[in-house]
Amino acid sequence: MVDHAAKLTDRVWSRYDRKEQLTRYAVYLATLIAVVWAVRDIDIFWPWVWDAPNQIQSLGARMWPPEFSKWSAIFSAMLETVHIATLSTMLTIFIALPVSYIAAQNTTPNKITLWIGRFILVSSRSVNTIIWALLFVAIFGPGVLAGILAVMFRSVGFIGKLMGEAIEEIDRRPVEAMEATGASKMKVVLYAIVPQVMPAFFAIIILRWDINIRESTVLGLVGAGGIGVLLQGSIDMFAWQTVATILLAIVVLVILGEALTSVLRKKVI
Amino acid sequence: MLEITNLVKRYGQNEPVLKGLNLKVEGSSVVSIVGASGAGKSTLLRCINRLVEPTSGSIKLNGHELVNLRGSDLRHSRRRIGMVFQGFNLIDRLTVMENVLSGRLGYVSFFQALTRRFPQSDIDRAFSLMERVGIAHYADKRADQLSGGERQRVAVVRALMQEPEILLADEPTASLDPKTSQQIMSLLQSLASEMSLPVLINIHNVTQARMYTDRIVGMRHGQMIFDGEPKDFNQDALDAIYGGIESPEEDAGEPASPTEEASA
Amino acid sequence: MTSGNTASGAQPGRVWKKPPFIANPWIRYGLVAITLAYLYWAFSTLPFDWQRIAEGLPRAGKIFGGAFPPSFERGGLLWTGFKESFQIAFLATMLGVLLSVPIAVMAARNVAPLPVYILGRTLIIVSRSFHPVIVAILFVAAVGFGPMAGILTLTLYSIGFVAKLLAEEIEEIDWGQVEAMRSVGAGYMKILVYGVFPQIMPRQIGLSMYQLDSNLRASAVVGIVGAGGIGGTLMNAFGRYDYDFAFAILLMIIAIILVSEGLSGWVRKKVW
Repeated sequence: MVDHAAKLTDRVWSRYDRKEQLTRYAVYLATLIAVVWAVRDIDIFWPWVWDAPNQIQSLGARMWPPEFSKWSAIFSAMLETVHIATLSTMLTIFIALPVSYIAAQNTTPNKITLWIGRFILVSSRSVNTIIWALLFVAIFGPGVLAGILAVMFRSVGFIGKLMGEAIEEIDRRPVEAMEATGASKMKVVLYAIVPQVMPAFFAIIILRWDINIRESTVLGLVGAGGIGVLLQGSIDMFAWQTVATILLAIVVLVILGEALTSVLRKKVI
Repeated sequence: MLEITNLVKRYGQNEPVLKGLNLKVEGSSVVSIVGASGAGKSTLLRCINRLVEPTSGSIKLNGHELVNLRGSDLRHSRRRIGMVFQGFNLIDRLTVMENVLSGRLGYVSFFQALTRRFPQSDIDRAFSLMERVGIAHYADKRADQLSGGERQRVAVVRALMQEPEILLADEPTASLDPKTSQQIMSLLQSLASEMSLPVLINIHNVTQARMYTDRIVGMRHGQMIFDGEPKDFNQDALDAIYGGIESPEEDAGEPASPTEEASA
Repeated sequence: MTSGNTASGAQPGRVWKKPPFIANPWIRYGLVAITLAYLYWAFSTLPFDWQRIAEGLPRAGKIFGGAFPPSFERGGLLWTGFKESFQIAFLATMLGVLLSVPIAVMAARNVAPLPVYILGRTLIIVSRSFHPVIVAILFVAAVGFGPMAGILTLTLYSIGFVAKLLAEEIEEIDWGQVEAMRSVGAGYMKILVYGVFPQIMPRQIGLSMYQLDSNLRASAVVGIVGAGGIGGTLMNAFGRYDYDFAFAILLMIIAIILVSEGLSGWVRKKVW
């Protein structure tokens, strides 16, 4: 242990030679220049910045105390949020699994399918849920369907990527053994790959469900259903005390979701 | 009968791993293949069931050419060749029974495989084979809960489930302790005679090769340099196979242990 | 597993069935029933506006028809939007990373006394509990539209992530180095600088790069609710049915995210 630490220190010391030192200064300088440029160039009205703490404080004051008279509307909007997260996670599975199958190097049928799979994953992942929601609201109108589709389109990339990695990391040897029995490709997948990726599958789905709960809370801000609709409405009407209640409800929901996922994770693995 | 003629395997543009190998295995004999690591033993076995594609040559199993088979023809041939691996290659998260039944995957339909509805005859065969090797009471245990020797027995039963015409064993005892590996070797020997099944075993341990097999094939640098009965496998043969390993990529330590055991 | 299976295995009848995934039949069928009931309940209570949805496909055709080819004509607008997004992400990362160091020290049990620890943890939990978009609306409401709200939002977002991981890193440091500094008589701050920070430095740089990448992604989003950057431009394009321009923005976002992901991955590999 001590030896190891000593070695590590040595290694750290060797970093500080002349060339490295220059590189470090260059990086510092570049960062400094970037900061100066960004601060000077950005479109900020500075007096507002100095006033910001007061403004935030006064907003906080307007929110206090939370007002609970709208609790039943908030509750049903919360349910809707959970439904959006759960249904979209369930539905995503059916799309993400085939995509991960063709996006994993060791199972994809050929190069073309590999690139198709990767293209789907990348495009799904680089567009944020709320931008997907913007698109689907434009297509299907405001409502939960746009929300479900938005969450699904974002989750496909997440689940597909992680499942693809899980498939690529499997132990090759059972696959070899199944091939040696004369099993067809699909049977090899069924017996040698599916059991190996099962734990990863459950872990990923649970993780994504947790994330989707959070994502679903903001969908309503662009009209895609859930608690966000109510939040936006209350902000537009300056009903700050109701906003405070909604924020509290969201925190409770997120904490419940986290607690449930940690229980599920322990059960499954 | 297995008949290999002029088998060549070359990976990319490198020196061939197998250089025109000829081997004939008849009847129900247990043949051991010895040689230093890198001699091409594993490649030879994998060429037979085409887990590795041979570059050229011919492999005939009971008169049936195996090289150049494709698709379902290849799969039909593979199910007639059982294989046991060094690392057992079980599916850890499935039960012992599922692992054993997976030997029938070449025979059952995809739907049967998916729902685990194997024909009753397969299940009977599985139970009787598992009883034969003494693992029937583990049927519903998960494969990763078993010890090494038990796992290799599961792998042997899985291979036998294929109703193979030949059994290949690639270093079946290399991951086991000495006592268990002797048990597995004698199991393979007696199964071969009970089922009149030819068995090809890659093995490092020359003592075990002498004790449990009827014929020893010595390989070096992709060529066969010894073929005979255990009693003829003398110090000269041993030196020819293992002695003065000059190939730089091999660790000289590995072949040393069988040499010592053999001379002891 | 279940007693039934063991018995059948031992009998000469030789029946074998796959042991079920969940051993208890009540739980097994109960789960199936609950799932079905849930699906029915969810689909029947969710307010789907089928008439509006039915219009969706022709609309989608119109939108994508309008989106092709993407128009890069308003390059100036595109450039200012992305520039602002980058500035927001960059400044928020710098601020967030700087602030996250003291907060991480406060939230690490091994270097902070209990009351401070509780304060530090609370700060982290508060900054993590809301989606950045919600934080952004609140800041927009408080300090007005513009990049200022974006910077505040993403600073909070960065603190939540970087401080949390950094605190965990501090809790796992090699304590021997701290003791060594203590034994030469260094004070609290000196121990931090010599005994703790060198150990977490590589991790901190890696986290900062990662955070810059995710702030860049998030900056596109917080703009949608008015916190500055390209998100606002995108929102406007959608609002004005300028689908060709919106599509151009989307393509640029994807391209920039891919580049930034690659870059941040490359830097992290270099540092580690």
